[in-house]
Amino acid sequence: MSAAGEPALRVRSLGHSYPGDPPVAALDEIDLEAARGAFVSLLGPSGCGKSTVLQVLAGLLAPSRGEAAVDGASTIGEPGLTAYMPQRDLLLPWRRVEGNATLGAEVAGVAREEARARARELYPRFGLEGFERAWPAQLSGGMRQRLALLRTFLMPRETLLLDEPFGALDAHTRRGMQGWLQDVWGRDGRTVLLVTHDVDEALLLSDVVYVMSPRPGRIVERIAVPLPRPRHGADVTAEVFVALKARVLAALETPGAGAVE
Amino acid sequence: MTRALRAARHYLPAALFLAALIVVWDVWVRVAGTPSYLMPPPGSLLDAFLDQRGVLPGHIRTTLTEALLGLALAALLGVTTAALIASLPLARRVLYPLLVVSQNIPVLVLAPLLAVWFGFGLTPKVVIVVLIGFFPIAVNTADGLMNADREMVALVRSMGADRLKVLRLVLIPSAVPSFFAGLQIGAAYAVIAAVIAEWMGASSGLGLFIVRSQRAFRTDQIFMAVVLIALISIALFVCVHLLARYSMPWRHAGAPAEGD
Ligand SMILES: Nc1ncnc2c1ncn2[C@@H]1O[C@H](COP(=O)(O)OP(=O)(O)OP(=O)(O)O)[C@@H](O)[C@H]1O
Ligand SMILES: [Mg+2]
Repeated sequence: MSAAGEPALRVRSLGHSYPGDPPVAALDEIDLEAARGAFVSLLGPSGCGKSTVLQVLAGLLAPSRGEAAVDGASTIGEPGLTAYMPQRDLLLPWRRVEGNATLGAEVAGVAREEARARARELYPRFGLEGFERAWPAQLSGGMRQRLALLRTFLMPRETLLLDEPFGALDAHTRRGMQGWLQDVWGRDGRTVLLVTHDVDEALLLSDVVYVMSPRPGRIVERIAVPLPRPRHGADVTAEVFVALKARVLAALETPGAGAVE
Repeated sequence: MTRALRAARHYLPAALFLAALIVVWDVWVRVAGTPSYLMPPPGSLLDAFLDQRGVLPGHIRTTLTEALLGLALAALLGVTTAALIASLPLARRVLYPLLVVSQNIPVLVLAPLLAVWFGFGLTPKVVIVVLIGFFPIAVNTADGLMNADREMVALVRSMGADRLKVLRLVLIPSAVPSFFAGLQIGAAYAVIAAVIAEWMGASSGLGLFIVRSQRAFRTDQIFMAVVLIALISIALFVCVHLLARYSMPWRHAGAPAEGD
């Protein structure tokens, strides 16, 4: 389909201003790549434009300038190429848990029965077992977020865009879901771009971490994470990990304007 | 059982108040000696009902047919108009302001005109009911379609949905509650609108029955017809309410689950 060595995901000189009076300069210039099957994180302060990058990759937002492509195909004005999990869970209130779980798969053309069967296998892991017939309004905030993640996973797409998927979870559930994500990602080889505020989460899960400056966002540093896998919660105390974390934190401290790696 | 008990307790004050009003009415008519062609005692309404029970079903059937037919057509036209407004920017700019303003026109005053145009048959009554129901249904449904959560629309588009799928998966379900809000308003006025249209001339219907009773100074029959009309209106309203509940089960689900 695409040339060998083509990154699964590529963003080039991406910039965006939201129209308005005055316009909001959200992204200054973003360049990033994810190799096929890689786990890449985008880390940055609140409001720096992380969600904006994901919306461009999801084909929902036409940027002011620059390029974005998935498997070599431009995503600008082309939705439907990725599995996108927005920051808000956006469950459809009129669909039961099972209907929401399979929504993306159904839109993508997977037969309903097949999608439901796959979802059933995953409910226990997502802590949704026994709630298949519940309405979203009956779920707790954490359950809603896990359901949104499940919906994203069940979509038959090679690239996953996850916007703070664990934001609403308590520390314990969060660690469990991180372990699960690492596990599944290791097995099915899909490419993941994860947006997060959490430095430990980014380092535990990623091959590469991109750190962004405050708004208007630009990439301040690209940090490769050479830790062996599978990684565990205890690894956060390892020497290499602590050194990487110091680097990330330093990059986050970089003053936004004019700061260049 | 406890649910029925709770419902009974909930409505008990209103029921007691109504009963008290009827007692006051009865006592007042007796003590003041009001002539019954001005104010019949409440008990005489039942007599009037039993007296007229031979002709009433025919009148009720006529009025109900006009109301239901009119409401169904209003729903059909209202939803179609709402779909046009929500999907075509030109239709929105032309129709929507007119629709909102036209809600303030008292449609009932058109009844004599419609009798002139359409005669004394079923048509002018149905047209009045359609006019009464159309505006709230069209405006509410259009609002529902246009106020759908933009981010939900975006999410479904990111999944690769075309316009038709966006409509089916997000826009229509978002508009269902407001459609029913409009339908409830239409249902509340449908029977009354049909009755008033019948005053302009009819060969059957509760409106005609009232006009005839008035000419015969049968105040008890007028009162009885008013109570019947109120009961039919309430029944129709309750039916629409139940239909709404049935169509939106997610709105009546229980409390949130335990968990994090
Ligand atoms: N639709 C919009 N219209 C105008 N400005 C917007 C819009 N969406 C985002 N912005 C602005 O663009 C900037 C970047 O927003 P974005 O949501 O991408 O940030 P973020 O990095 O995801 O933040 P957070 O971590 O808080 O989610 C913000 O300053 C925000 O105010
Ligand atoms: Mg965001």
